[in-house]
Amino acid sequence: MELLSLAVRSIFIENILLASFLGMCSFLAISKRIEAAIGLGVAVIFVQTITVPANWVLYRFLLAPGALAWTGVPALAALDLSFLTFICFIALIASLVQVVEMALDRFFPRLYHALGIFLPLITVNCAILGGSLLMVERAYTFPESVVYGFASGAGWALAITAMGALRHKLRYSNVPAGLRGLGITMILTGLMALAFMCFSGIQL
Amino acid sequence: MGGTLRKTFTDPLSANNPVTIQILGICSALAVTVQLRTAIVMAIALTTVTAGSNAIISLMRRSVPTRIRLIVEMVVVSTLVIIADQFLRAYLYDISRQLSVFVGLIITNCIVLGRMEGYALQNPPLPALLDGLGNGCGYGAVLVLVAFVREILGSGRLFGQSVLPAAIPRNGLALLAPGAFIVLGLLIWTQRTLTRHYENE
Repeated sequence: MELLSLAVRSIFIENILLASFLGMCSFLAISKRIEAAIGLGVAVIFVQTITVPANWVLYRFLLAPGALAWTGVPALAALDLSFLTFICFIALIASLVQVVEMALDRFFPRLYHALGIFLPLITVNCAILGGSLLMVERAYTFPESVVYGFASGAGWALAITAMGALRHKLRYSNVPAGLRGLGITMILTGLMALAFMCFSGIQL
Repeated sequence: MGGTLRKTFTDPLSANNPVTIQILGICSALAVTVQLRTAIVMAIALTTVTAGSNAIISLMRRSVPTRIRLIVEMVVVSTLVIIADQFLRAYLYDISRQLSVFVGLIITNCIVLGRMEGYALQNPPLPALLDGLGNGCGYGAVLVLVAFVREILGSGRLFGQSVLPAAIPRNGLALLAPGAFIVLGLLIWTQRTLTRHYENE
């Protein structure tokens, strides 16, 4: 039940894009066409569900203060490697994205072609690294980190799909010249964030 | 030569601003702008990292094979970000708590990667350093403007000091996420109307 509550909270209330501002660059660049928006959304759910738990394992058994206690060597158990968090997380994300790409190409070629160029772009999507860093900051357990990874990815996908549809409609409206493109998209995102704030207070 | 160098620095301040024109690094521009103080610290951290990574990559540009350049760039940026983060934790602990994950996210900030890919790989160290400084300052200018509007509208303060009389109502929306999007949207509108940089969709 708590896991379900966490999922609802990460998708709607604390949406990683609309409340934490993560992954804005690809959100703004890819939301022009709705098909592309859905493609990138699915890719983010996929990678986020894998990387957050993987980084949890890396942090718990290698980086956290006293994490090396399982080796049984007192000198190692006293180490605090948490200053290496950023570099280890980004290296793990980059290599996992590479592995996922190769695995998809080998076993699910149709999905691989549908996701196309979006997979490599994900390495530098800050929603992915941000999700892992927030997971450390909020001290989630392993099951929570799996749920959080999936739900935050799903929230991001929901936001980019909705924005893709909105921008599709926007092509037929008369927007002031200076506001066209980025400006109106930012204001629309603001209104969308306002709408998502209505979900706050929901408890399961 | 002096003129070109100056242009390398001043161009990203307004005419080719990384946030409002090139659409890079939006995430942190929204997240850290509730207060002026955090915005300024973040701007300084990003400027240092961009300038440093641009200069280092530019020094190594002839010796790094193209195929592995992304990994090399990531390592250089992560190292600089770790240094910046440890520095903030040691000397500005409160602000580093408020910035939370966003210092770490400088690694995936598109400005840093974009300037290395787009400029430092083709240019000598001095112009690359200036380009990094210029882009960092352009980003900082946007951050300070957005933070100024949000802090004064939302809490009536500047740098934590109360400046508006208590009779003027505060607009709490400016402190929340939607306020950030809307303030930045309006800023982009103003800037693009002034510079006549229009987008055609």
